[in-house]
Amino acid sequence: MKQTKWFKLISQYLSAALIFSISQLVWSIQPYNMTEGVTDISHRVFNLHMLTFYICCVIGVIVFAVMFYSIIKHRKSKGHKPAQFHESVSLEFLWTAAPFVILIVIAIPAAQVLIAMEDTSKAEMTVKVTGYQWMWRYEYIDHNVDFYSVLKTSRDEIHNNKGKNPNYLLEVDNELVLPTDRKVRILITSNDVLHAWWVPDLAIKKDAIPGYINQVWTKINTPGVYRGQCAELCGRDHGFMPVVVRAIEPEEFDQWVADQNTNKSFAAIQNEKKILAY
Amino acid sequence: MSTVAVEEHHEEHPSGIMRWITTTNHKDIGTLYLWFSFIMFFIGGLMALIIRTELFQPGLQFVDPQFFNSMTTMHAIVMIFGVVMPAFTGLANWLIPMMIGGTDMALPRLNNWSFWILPFAFTMMLSTLFMDGGGPAGGWTLYPPLTLQTGNALPFVIFSIHFMGMSSIMGAINVIATILNMRAPGMTLMKMPLFVWTWLITAYLLIAVMPVLAGGVTMLLTDKFFGTSFFNAAGGGDPVLFQHIFWFFGHPEVYILILPSFGVVSSIIPTFARKPLFGYSSMVYATASIAFLSFIVWAHHMFTVGMPLAGELFFMFATMLIAVPTGVKVFNWVSTMWKGAMTFETPMLFAIGFIILFTIGGFSGLMLAITPADFQYHDTYFVVAHFHYVLVPGSIFAIIAAVYYWLPKWTGHMYNEKLGKTHFWLSTIFVNVTFFPMHFVGLAGMPRRIPDYALQFSDYNQIATIGAFGFGFAQLLFLWLVVQTIRGGAKATDRVWEGAEGLEWTLPSPAPYHSFTTPPNVIGEWNWFTHEHIETTKTRS
Amino acid sequence: MEHTESNYYIPHGSYWPFIGSIAIFSLMLGFSNFLNGTNWGKWLMIVGALILLVMLFGWFGAVIRESESGTYNKQVDVSFRWGMFWFIFSEVMFFAAFFGALFYTRVYSLPWLGGEGTGAPTNNYLWPGFEAIWPLTANGPGEIGGEFEPMPAWGLPAINTAILLTSGATITWAHHALKANHRGQLIIGLSLTVALGAIFMVLQAVEYYEAYQHLGLTLGSGIYGSTFFMLTGFHGFHVTLGAIILAVILVRCIFGHFTPDQHFAFEAAAWYWHFVDVVWLGLFIFVYWL
Ligand code: HEA
Ligand code: HEA
Ligand code: CUA
Ligand SMILES: [Cu+2]
Repeated sequence: MKQTKWFKLISQYLSAALIFSISQLVWSIQPYNMTEGVTDISHRVFNLHMLTFYICCVIGVIVFAVMFYSIIKHRKSKGHKPAQFHESVSLEFLWTAAPFVILIVIAIPAAQVLIAMEDTSKAEMTVKVTGYQWMWRYEYIDHNVDFYSVLKTSRDEIHNNKGKNPNYLLEVDNELVLPTDRKVRILITSNDVLHAWWVPDLAIKKDAIPGYINQVWTKINTPGVYRGQCAELCGRDHGFMPVVVRAIEPEEFDQWVADQNTNKSFAAIQNEKKILAY
Repeated sequence: MSTVAVEEHHEEHPSGIMRWITTTNHKDIGTLYLWFSFIMFFIGGLMALIIRTELFQPGLQFVDPQFFNSMTTMHAIVMIFGVVMPAFTGLANWLIPMMIGGTDMALPRLNNWSFWILPFAFTMMLSTLFMDGGGPAGGWTLYPPLTLQTGNALPFVIFSIHFMGMSSIMGAINVIATILNMRAPGMTLMKMPLFVWTWLITAYLLIAVMPVLAGGVTMLLTDKFFGTSFFNAAGGGDPVLFQHIFWFFGHPEVYILILPSFGVVSSIIPTFARKPLFGYSSMVYATASIAFLSFIVWAHHMFTVGMPLAGELFFMFATMLIAVPTGVKVFNWVSTMWKGAMTFETPMLFAIGFIILFTIGGFSGLMLAITPADFQYHDTYFVVAHFHYVLVPGSIFAIIAAVYYWLPKWTGHMYNEKLGKTHFWLSTIFVNVTFFPMHFVGLAGMPRRIPDYALQFSDYNQIATIGAFGFGFAQLLFLWLVVQTIRGGAKATDRVWEGAEGLEWTLPSPAPYHSFTTPPNVIGEWNWFTHEHIETTKTRS
Repeated sequence: MEHTESNYYIPHGSYWPFIGSIAIFSLMLGFSNFLNGTNWGKWLMIVGALILLVMLFGWFGAVIRESESGTYNKQVDVSFRWGMFWFIFSEVMFFAAFFGALFYTRVYSLPWLGGEGTGAPTNNYLWPGFEAIWPLTANGPGEIGGEFEPMPAWGLPAINTAILLTSGATITWAHHALKANHRGQLIIGLSLTVALGAIFMVLQAVEYYEAYQHLGLTLGSGIYGSTFFMLTGFHGFHVTLGAIILAVILVRCIFGHFTPDQHFAFEAAAWYWHFVDVVWLGLFIFVYWL
């Protein structure tokens, strides 16, 4: 059984090497991996993602290493004579049991994160988010603030008559302003068709369903502007209804709420919506 | 049981077009299915290329967003119902009777109808592109309320889906009747080639889920035109109800699209490894468990709709479980290659490509199954990358491999090996150039079903578009190769491949119009490897 | 399934399937245009329906001729049995979709709208004051379709249940008669079954009339009306089909078709009839009663 020893060595070496290089790769092209986000939850989600990814890499490397070894060594042109074995209870048991165990290793942390995500209790404030074709409405339930949020990018940029700014398609007229370090409950619903409210940095994506309300919560750690998009096909301008969240310090936030005297009238929005024909 | 075909005043069928319209012969019908699927592949592909062209760079340049959405929708429906399913049914028609030593399919007239519904169904479906309001643009998942905003197209789309359903249900019934009733004496279930097994199980899936889809789209119809409120909260309904119905169909559907591929690969690998398939029985059981599990995982497509925690946990765990039986299959294929005497003709190359790339697609599937992570992946290009890996280098590669593998048996000619290998390498390179970058843009946050995107996604989208055209071009080579092989080429021997196993290879090439007019004898132990039977009671050797 | 050496009949080419496709194509093309409000739509529908009728006569006619001329052996018979069995199974799954819709709304989505558990905000902000009670008399939170009374189980529906169960018995009796070669009893039993089927349909029509005229219960009466009429409607449609099939079989019996050991068409019809019977029991329990 010299060969198996060989292939053990090779596969071990390969897997080590590959995992290292892949992880290097993944880090080097940071913007092309999932964001780590700015909440405790989003970090846990990111780690879950990387855990599963690495496990899959290891399995992949081993499986493909064996396969390529065999492709290289066991070919007719090399005068290799075919063996005749065609089953092995012990082996088959092994590779039924092993994946099962691996899956449990993934399932446990996954379940923990999920349970944490679903706990919307003890929220300090509530925002009601309503999807429209094609914009968002934000109602601050416990302070009377209520406004619509529409894409700001100009038609000229979209139709390539004008250079595109860095926030192309990810900019809105009125951003959703939220306080950091406070547990915010977000109620999500829709006025017409399905939409989905998605902010990657908060690891929140929930469908907006007409006639029903979904709840999520978040507690943002760092101030900043976090951009997302509608994530459920909602018709012609599905690609043009971004979500922008501005997180500011709690004191600032209270100030901001105080300043919001007048809300934008719905009629005004309707006009903007008309202009919105891309 | 043995079967001898009786042809009243024998072999004279109408020639020309009437032959194809009236045929009840499994080979003719198989051919019809395969050509239909090939044509549809180019149509669906052209739509994909329109999508890719619009996505070549940010900004709206070529098509209107509404038309873009209907391209996305049509592309998917054409590829799934018009390409992969008919292709597999075509293969079933050609191969199953030959593989089990039967004369023909069990219900020949029904067989003809199963095919001839399809051209009408797709005429209806594609014609909607020219109606006012345009084609369906709500995604192939047809979610209400959006889909109910479709213009005149809606009823046509719904009825064409009913037709496709009828077609595949009748096809499935025929496959089951054939497998259970047309086997040669001694062809016990556990002697059947895996392609037959996987199709048997696929047929059960089809019969179980196509009617459910039919019911679901019927509710769409009545909600739109007859005032019902299945999907309308104001009337006590729920838009999410449709998603449950759709995915109860939809998830088994995706295994309908892959199980026969497993069968194809399980026939090709042993042939070119010149070594019996490893773990035949565990392959059968794995297929069955995948089929079973596929009925209890559907909600992994709807983690973000806001299900109760218990539901999310259940569907996450159940979904992860599918990795186990699928893994068994992958490991068995690798062990079949292990210590074989491999050669790498085109079918083998595509089969190996399938194993590697499907596994990658499976891995991304497993990542998607992790509910909290899926909240980030859902409806992004990461999902698009996942399912194209399992569908294009998955199902499509398997179909292509099958064509290369059995084409000599069908036509009596060898195909051009050089061209075939070129086709393989081009396809494999470009399929990865097309779909691998989609993982990255997806993770970076690019949603699906958008005609225009933020700047940071530009470069990878450009690569994907280039890949798509390359892949498409490679398929033109394939078309050319197939036509060339039908026209002529080196004479194929009966067994065609040195290591080929199974009854179909005992027939002359090209295979006679009626497969086994006198049933072959496979009583006793059929040694798939030495190609003869031995009267022993040992298990398969 | 070891069989004896036998000849499996492979029919010559047939144009009926293709004609069938043309038929359903024009039927549905017409229907779609009708739904979209074009006035020629219904005419195309009628044409399609007629072609379909011709096709059915042609196709089944051919099959019957072949069967009577003894071209079908035991093995062909088995193929038919598998075919019919799995066809019926597909029908079961079709009904399962609608039963699923019923259970889903009753068990899951209505309570949510009514504010149970996580549904609280939904109820507070979107549908204040809506209570989820079944059967809904207020047509869901949006009060679609106006007030109505649900269909009581113990009137016509109960009678219909009795009728269908009896018809199940009569057809079994007819089957035994056929196997014992008592043609007289066979024809009586079969006629009774068809008659009972017809009566069921009439009563069902009366029930619908009642619903629309006196209970204010229509297809548009929220989710209750939707599930009620779609389930009972599709069932009624299947009963009609079943009755027609049985009528055809009856005629064939009168013409002396079928032998005590070769009569699959009869059994297929019987299976189908039992299937609609069972579906009705489901309906009676979950739609009318509970
Ligand atoms: C051929 C079709 C096909 C196949 C085979 C699969 C296979 C799988 N799919 Fe996929 N899927 C689709 C077609 C398919 N899928 C389509 C079309 C969609 C999108 C629909 C739409 O929204 O439009 C989709 C979407 C989709 C989603 C929803 C994503 C979203 O919208 O948010 C999920 C989530 O769980 C998922 C999971 C899986 C899993 C777990 C498998 C598993 O079966 C994979 C199992 C295989 C492996 C895991 C690899 C081999 C195994 C081993 C080597 C053993 C060891 C491995 C481990 C222990 C990890 N798929
Ligand atoms: C079996 C199923 C199948 C197959 C084979 C394919 C094949 C391809 N798919 Fe698709 N696809 C789906 C199933 C499939 N897809 C599904 C289910 C969706 C989801 C839809 C939805 O969101 O509702 C989807 C969505 C989808 C999207 C996302 C659209 C969106 O979200 O808006 C994209 C984008 O790139 C895409 C691309 C491609 C490409 C480039 C191919 C290529 O493999 C196609 C290659 C084939 C050809 C190119 C044709 C052959 C050649 C010619 C026509 C000759 C002319 C060409 C040249 C001269 C170059 N597909
Ligand atoms: Cu709103 Cu997509
Ligand atoms: Cu799935």
